[in-house]
Amino acid sequence: MRVSLQSEPFDPGTELTAFSTATQGVGAIVSFSGIVRDTDGTLEAMEIEHYPGMTERALQSHAQKAVQKFGLSGVLIIHRYGRLTPGEPIMMVATSAPHRQAAFEGADFLMDFLKSRAPFWKKEHRADGADWVDAKTTDEAALDRWT
Amino acid sequence: MIEILYFAWLRERIGIPRETWTTEAKTVNDLVDELRAREERYVMAFEDTTSLRVALDQELAEFDAPLEGVREVAFFPPMTGG
Repeated sequence: MRVSLQSEPFDPGTELTAFSTATQGVGAIVSFSGIVRDTDGTLEAMEIEHYPGMTERALQSHAQKAVQKFGLSGVLIIHRYGRLTPGEPIMMVATSAPHRQAAFEGADFLMDFLKSRAPFWKKEHRADGADWVDAKTTDEAALDRWT
Repeated sequence: MIEILYFAWLRERIGIPRETWTTEAKTVNDLVDELRAREERYVMAFEDTTSLRVALDQELAEFDAPLEGVREVAFFPPMTGG
């Protein structure tokens, strides 16, 4: 299990290769990477604020929960904070398990948690100003699937 | 004495990231009432607590949760990670 909260950029491909190498012997690996998107060509930067202390605890405890709930062999969570530009990876999750269903579900569970239970807040910076991103009710509702 | 932390637009609206506060409050809701009674910026920030979240000693909690033994209270808008 590896959890990294960092401001530095990372390469999802390199991370996935390292994760795969470290978890040899499993039957399935699933990974997800979130990228800063610029849907209408006006986004200059995405600023990510977090709650130092609580963020690390929340990531660790949910990684452990995912391992127990789905019988995962390994979990990787990387999440960045600070100022990011369009096209940069924001975060990634990777899971390994004996079979694919557990790996998919574990990754899905972790993503739902990261969206609405990990203390991160996104702010979009554009030429005409900056706005905090509103939480989506669909993200909140998605958590109900796991209770 | 407790540490109160604010994040995202709540931090901007109140104008500071954290402060130390001597409180008589028994619950989070009581604390919010105390803060609202201080200054207009707190009234603005805590206008609708249903749109806010609270963490007690870095664990998510409800607004009716007791404050006894709590050292750090954090207020913030719904989270937008991932």
